[in-house]
Amino acid sequence: MSAATSAEALAPAPPEVESSGRYWTDNESFLARVMLLPAVIYIVALVGVPLVIAILYSLSDVTVGDQSIDFVGLKNFQDALANATFRTALRNTFVFTIVSQIIVLVLANILAIVLTSEFHGKRLVRFLVLLPWTTPIALGVLGWLWTLDNVYSPIDFILRQVGLLGVGSPLGPDWFGTNALWLAYPDRAQFSVLLVHIWRTLPLATVILLAGLTSIPQDLKDAANVDGAGFFRQLFYIRIPLLIPIMAVAVLYGIVFTFTDMTVVYILTRGGPTDSTQVLASWAFYKGVDGGNLAQGAAIALFLFPVLVGVAALMLRLARRTETSG
Amino acid sequence: MAVVEVRDLAKRFDGVAAVDGISLASTDGEFLVLLGPSGCGKTTLLRMIGGLEKPTGGQIFIGGRNVTDLPPRARQIAMVFQSYALYPHMTVRNNIAFPLQAVRMPKAEQEQRIAWAAGILGIDTLLERKPRQLSGGQRQRVALARALVREPAVFLLDEPLSNLDAQRRASARDELQGFQRRIGTTTIYVTHDQVEAMGMGDRIAVLEQGRLRQLGTPAEIYDDPADTFVATFLGSPPMNLVPAEGGRELLGFRPEHFFPYPTDGHQHDDLAQFPFHIHRVEYLGAERLLYGEIGETKAVARFPATVELPVEVGSTYDFAVPRRDLKRFDAATGLRIPAGMLV
Repeated sequence: MSAATSAEALAPAPPEVESSGRYWTDNESFLARVMLLPAVIYIVALVGVPLVIAILYSLSDVTVGDQSIDFVGLKNFQDALANATFRTALRNTFVFTIVSQIIVLVLANILAIVLTSEFHGKRLVRFLVLLPWTTPIALGVLGWLWTLDNVYSPIDFILRQVGLLGVGSPLGPDWFGTNALWLAYPDRAQFSVLLVHIWRTLPLATVILLAGLTSIPQDLKDAANVDGAGFFRQLFYIRIPLLIPIMAVAVLYGIVFTFTDMTVVYILTRGGPTDSTQVLASWAFYKGVDGGNLAQGAAIALFLFPVLVGVAALMLRLARRTETSG
Repeated sequence: MAVVEVRDLAKRFDGVAAVDGISLASTDGEFLVLLGPSGCGKTTLLRMIGGLEKPTGGQIFIGGRNVTDLPPRARQIAMVFQSYALYPHMTVRNNIAFPLQAVRMPKAEQEQRIAWAAGILGIDTLLERKPRQLSGGQRQRVALARALVREPAVFLLDEPLSNLDAQRRASARDELQGFQRRIGTTTIYVTHDQVEAMGMGDRIAVLEQGRLRQLGTPAEIYDDPADTFVATFLGSPPMNLVPAEGGRELLGFRPEHFFPYPTDGHQHDDLAQFPFHIHRVEYLGAERLLYGEIGETKAVARFPATVELPVEVGSTYDFAVPRRDLKRFDAATGLRIPAGMLV
């Protein structure tokens, strides 16, 4: 202690004025505003502004060449709907999303139950299951591009070895060639896109369900055992009902990823063959950016909006329900 | 109704013995309490009887049938868990119906059984509620109803009162014991609470470090402890243990048997005399506790608040214990030396 402070301590105590400024870190309403600010700026700049621009563009005749905004009403939406490729893209977007998420849900449940049981090499299997999720989408899809190659596809090699591909294939004359040409036929190309979407969203769904399964208290499993429930009764009456909120989270994530994705289609098929694998995101990109018709592109992309709003509302509701019940 | 018996039952987790060779048998319709400090193996023992843990040695018999390798559902048992383990997404009715559905009982019979069990436990009005809408005591009764409804041969209860507050617990003890007496089903009850054990058990099995230290009625366990562990685990404050015979023996006596030596001038042959140095008096309302030392050893005396006590803190007094209330223990092994035996 210095001489000055000890002298002060001895002097008659002056009326001390507590400066509230010293405690500004305790002011929660101030801190809350400061700390939320970066997020608010981020959302306004990168979500709000582009959304407003997209809506403006979709109601105008903006192109890359002529960026002046002249309003044309709903003409862009009418044009989009009149286009057969747009309708294919719209249908594909829904089919890819719904079918892939149904399959992912079933597979993720099975995988999660397998991964909660004890077996040798469980850690390795968990790691391998998670791998597709950690890989950048573009790299993963490139890998699939080679896997589905017209000439060197290892899938074709395996099918040939087991006799499912080549002259006399039991699958019919469509499979008599030496290669399946996965990306050259519309139906096979659509199947390929679906396959990659499943491969890509399965890991996250599995991890979410795994977390959900391990959060079911051991007491409940014990009680079900004592109560005489076998594996399937426990699965359908205890585990799955308890997991439904968690499954909803996994599915909503999967929907957002699949519904808005254009990377898979862009790298794998470029929307082809003959636009049979176009989705809304890729079609908006080809029309708006590649084709230069910004107004058309914006209108096409805005067809994603209602579904995404619905998904976001569901997510918020789920989050609120877990908050209130927890 | 059935007798539960375990023989040389053992459970090792990674080489550590949680249950280390326990043999004991209930009688038919008995309320048997497994009592011990946490980590003594009582819950593991219960879970092995229920079939939720696989023993690493020994056998389990329920109603004379060897059930050691049978799954829980084949053992005719029902269990109530510490957390009650009610299925949170089901109504009370469906919770109670679950074990009946598992054996594919006809719907009408299910309804009859549910009404019967709900009636016994007084939860008729709660059947359509979800567990989260119930109080702790109500949840406990639903868990009991779910156990009762399948009319098991044995009830296994794992600390079912520990989630209740202190006031509710006293009345729940009463209800639970009354319930068990009415239905007369053999019940094995795990607790670390000696008040629950003393108050409810027909017999108590005291466990420590995976071993059975003593099996007996509450009075036997309290008045005639088999060793120093049982002597000091039961009773609050525990039994005083004072070295004797040059340190080869320990003399044990309860705090309520320890009082000032009568000052009537007579010689009392039935009393053993100890110099007691008092250093603290604790007033607990209904009673007073005197803390102090006999020589180097700490000791406690207990008095009802209604008794006049002319003692001062910091002084030494002559205190006495009736000779019939003195228990002798071997200082080396902790085991009881039978009365009248010379060492």
